[in-house]
Amino acid sequence: MSTPVPPEPTPAIDVRGLSCGYDGRVVLKDITFSVRSGEIFFVIGGSGCGKSTLLRNLIGISTPLAGDVRFFGQPVSEHDAAARRALLKTFGVLYQSGALWSSLTLRQNVALPLEEYTSLSQPEILEIVALKLAQVGLTGFEDYYPSEISGGMKKRAGLARALALDPAIVFLDEPSAGLDPITSRRLDELVLQIREMFGTTIAVVSHELASIFSIADRVIMLDRGEKGIIASGDPKDLARGHRDPRVVEFLNRGDLPPQ
Amino acid sequence: MPDSPATSRALVSALAEGDVLEVELSGTWLITEPRPSWDEVRGALNPARVKLAVDGVEKWDSSLLLFLFGVQQWCRATGAYCDADSLPEKIRTLLAQLSVSHETSVPFDRTENFLVTVGLATMDVLHKAREISRFVGECTLSAVRFMSVPHRFRWRDCFLEMQQCGAMALPIVGLISFLVGVTLAYTGAIVLRQYGGDIFVADLIGLAMVREMGALMTGVVLAGRTGAAFAATLGNMKANEEIDALETLGIPAVSFLVLPRLLALGVMMPLLALYSNALGILGGMAVSKGLLSISPTAYFVEMQTIVSLPDIMVGLIKSVCFGLIVGLAGCLRGLQAERSAVGVGRAATSAVVTAILFIIVADAIFAVVFNIIGL
Repeated sequence: MSTPVPPEPTPAIDVRGLSCGYDGRVVLKDITFSVRSGEIFFVIGGSGCGKSTLLRNLIGISTPLAGDVRFFGQPVSEHDAAARRALLKTFGVLYQSGALWSSLTLRQNVALPLEEYTSLSQPEILEIVALKLAQVGLTGFEDYYPSEISGGMKKRAGLARALALDPAIVFLDEPSAGLDPITSRRLDELVLQIREMFGTTIAVVSHELASIFSIADRVIMLDRGEKGIIASGDPKDLARGHRDPRVVEFLNRGDLPPQ
Repeated sequence: MPDSPATSRALVSALAEGDVLEVELSGTWLITEPRPSWDEVRGALNPARVKLAVDGVEKWDSSLLLFLFGVQQWCRATGAYCDADSLPEKIRTLLAQLSVSHETSVPFDRTENFLVTVGLATMDVLHKAREISRFVGECTLSAVRFMSVPHRFRWRDCFLEMQQCGAMALPIVGLISFLVGVTLAYTGAIVLRQYGGDIFVADLIGLAMVREMGALMTGVVLAGRTGAAFAATLGNMKANEEIDALETLGIPAVSFLVLPRLLALGVMMPLLALYSNALGILGGMAVSKGLLSISPTAYFVEMQTIVSLPDIMVGLIKSVCFGLIVGLAGCLRGLQAERSAVGVGRAATSAVVTAILFIIVADAIFAVVFNIIGL
């Protein structure tokens, strides 16, 4: 008697036949991939290949031209208001610029999702906010406004806000862009720590090779010409010997390995 | 941390054995879901030792930490021993972080002493006055420089601005001026009818529009429409570092961005004021015909007896000045804007307030000066 095969766990992110673009212009065509729960997953590719477009479609800011995106089996294009609200609690997003609300202090920025989605008392919210800001190394800056802190600090504060509701999935849009190598490395360590502590699924849009090689479990590479995925897998394996030279060249900073 | 939607709720069981309270947590602890409070769990008990266990917890996030932290805080306050040894390492690490952040997160006091606030506000006013003077001086010097090399002036931008602040403003300026004429006619008629001087409504409206209201209303409308737009555009450009990019190329922002706008407003304002005068007089004429049965011809002839060319010149001089005030206020506030969304909003508001304030002040000064020189 054969051993029964355990059912495949529901992927954290499941993308099927997704096409997206702007004003009738197709940027990505019929792409399919899935991200396992607890995975650190990178979307990479050259400028203009559609990484940010893909992210906007994944998080529901833009409507796909075709296809389906699901988080833990729930469609992102949910139209029912209550279901949509429940879905929004399952993911957090760190935008490229941090996208902090400039009229609010860091404390208020991080507290807002908690005030909106939980029934916690104000002292409890403040405890969580202090913890989240401490986790990203911003203790002491709680009452600063975004205009009073540096770009790297804005990103970290944006990450604290994305983590406020302890979402199951966190999307990071170019988290290392514009950061010095030390801050960038600390951010990578923070990402690993979040995954380690909470088992969070982390999807990163980036072309920072140092981050890709140090924290990515798996990457997909997009290409502008192909309008789709040209490679998928462990970044180190892809860099060593993928059949497509574009992939190898990208992951080796433009240097093709000797034949 | 959930990896799928919650299936069960947060549960706590407490078992008291002597002085020891064994607290067993189970179920799903999510921050977006309700959770039991420590006070409810403890009830009237005051144990000397609280033993925590989370073996039955399926999924958890900061909600669990908050509960455990609350227990720890209670133990600290009452002197009870909190036994957290059986908690997983991860949770103990996070609890330690929470404890540290609780101690170190001190609100930043932004309140200032009253005298300090007054002093800072005074310094701010002086600083702003100096900045306005410097900006006006810079614009003047820039304008003088361009007179010797007019081909280097950004005429294309200037014409585009003329279209924006002139032609595009015709409908709103026209409507408001017409309604001002209507309002003046109704108000004037109340008094003048009592003395049988209905026909003098034409004089009132003609003089008021040409000397005062035409330029004033156009200035106010453009302050809200064009001044705010200038401030928002330049503020946004500053936030995007476009102004810095100009400066590093050795192109002064005043020459590149401010002068074309100032010239556009300086040229278009008198034209708009003339248009406003005409529409205001038309509005008065309509009311005079309908309410006072004064024919348009009689109205026009009567108006000509009082409105002279110097009156029109007074209005035109004012309009040029008001146009420059609107342009200067909009551009200055835009260039002074903070590099944020709030900063741009504040700059737009400040541009409108500054422009209207200076328009009223300038109008009062004009009234005195024209009176002295007999205009």
